[in-house]
Amino acid sequence: MTKPISFTLIPPGGDAIDLQGQEGHSVMQTAVAQGITGIVGECGGSAMCATCHVYVDDAWRDKLAPLLATEEEMLECTSSERRPESRLSCQIRLTAALDGLVLRLPETQQ
Amino acid sequence: MSTSPSSQAAADTMAPDGVPVVDVDPFSDAFLTDPYADHERMREAGPIVWIPRYGIYASARYQEVRAILNDHATYISSAGVGLADFNKETPFRPKSLILEADPPDHTRARSVLARILSPKTVMQVRATFAAEAETLLDRVMQKAAAQGSVDVIKDLAEVYPLKVFPDAVGLEAEGREMLLLYGNMIFNAFGPRNELLMKAAEKVKPLTQWIMDHCRREMLAPGGFGDMIYQAAEAGEISFDEAPLLVRSFLSAGVDTTVNGIGNALLCLAQHPEQYARLHADPSLARAAFEEALRYESAVQTFFRTTSIDAPIAGITIPAGSKVLTFLAAANRDPRHWPDPDRFDIERRPTGHMAFGSGIHGCVGQVVARLEGELILGGIARRVKRLSLAGEPTRRLNNTLRALGALQLQLEPA
Repeated sequence: MTKPISFTLIPPGGDAIDLQGQEGHSVMQTAVAQGITGIVGECGGSAMCATCHVYVDDAWRDKLAPLLATEEEMLECTSSERRPESRLSCQIRLTAALDGLVLRLPETQQ
Repeated sequence: MSTSPSSQAAADTMAPDGVPVVDVDPFSDAFLTDPYADHERMREAGPIVWIPRYGIYASARYQEVRAILNDHATYISSAGVGLADFNKETPFRPKSLILEADPPDHTRARSVLARILSPKTVMQVRATFAAEAETLLDRVMQKAAAQGSVDVIKDLAEVYPLKVFPDAVGLEAEGREMLLLYGNMIFNAFGPRNELLMKAAEKVKPLTQWIMDHCRREMLAPGGFGDMIYQAAEAGEISFDEAPLLVRSFLSAGVDTTVNGIGNALLCLAQHPEQYARLHADPSLARAAFEEALRYESAVQTFFRTTSIDAPIAGITIPAGSKVLTFLAAANRDPRHWPDPDRFDIERRPTGHMAFGSGIHGCVGQVVARLEGELILGGIARRVKRLSLAGEPTRRLNNTLRALGALQLQLEPA
């Protein structure tokens, strides 16, 4: 069993939530499994619903794999404002290099 | 019962070493009427099992079903997502450009349909879908009051999706019942060439003609979802020859599925009055209730894949060119993944269920489906204090769909 990877979710105007997930799992999968309601992931991680929207902290933006076309299209559908640092958390796979990742949650997912 | 040459040959194949054999017929009347005990048998037998009657591999467990559906390069769709292997026999109808395709062909087609049915586009039709739901539900309540009870399949589940989605596609109002017959046939065609399919196929020629006529641009309202496919052809994303087949995808998959999603959700609520009471107390739970019903009584029960290479999975190797049957509905009740899976709980949050599939072939219409489900269940929740069965529900058997024929309910007004 590989070492768990830590990441932090910061809800709007709320306290930071520290989570740990397994290598290879997505941020969305991990957050939903642990009952975080600020990430919905309605489509189960198929980049189809835009309800797992997160804002990536500046320090981490270029450490993530680049945006593919499907994610790019879905980010046009988010209920909260799209920003340059917007990503779908179902497309963020946890790796050792992302240990300590910081993400902000939007006001709404739907 | 006759079988096609390739499935007869396959059925004569010896069971592979190390793979548990489960001798069920997933397309028999008995199985289709009540599959759950056999789902459990298959899950308990192993992660991958062999079904000797058709000579196929199968999985009924969540982890393996999810892994298979997400490995689209190993478990391909272009050889067909039904029992028939398109490398060995002719498809029932010209191949779908999206369902029965692999990347890169699939990617182009998918990208066009995904944009048309995206959350953003669906937001634009929300008000219209909501208004239609309200009008229809008022009518349903009047009928329930006048008659004492109402068949929510005939008067609701088969009416709403036939109105709102074909309207959005831009289809004319006449003849829409053809879509139900066509969908029934297409979903039967994923199974063996058994009596269910043969009966449906008797109707095939006039139906196919009607469907293909209505896929032509001239028959589709400007600016509708169907017309948007032709706009994508104008932009060079797909060819004009491909456009009608993509419209056909909307007409095949966009109606019979939601009819059953809605019908099955109403059945679940009628059978679980304490869950309905929670929904009535808080109609904002409608979308969540629909989602749980999709997990609990999945409208689409199964899909096949074909291995493109020798595929290692769960300690065995599935040889290249094998058909693999994934039981979406069985995965949705796998106790290895779901706590208390046989409990219908509208506040469960069943994220990651397999009712819409998963990965690049995950249902491209799922945002529309959820909208329809949310609006109907929400509208019912506000109008009805208690819903109860007014007679035994009857089933409409289909090789792939879990469908009701009739569901007579008493709807006590709020």
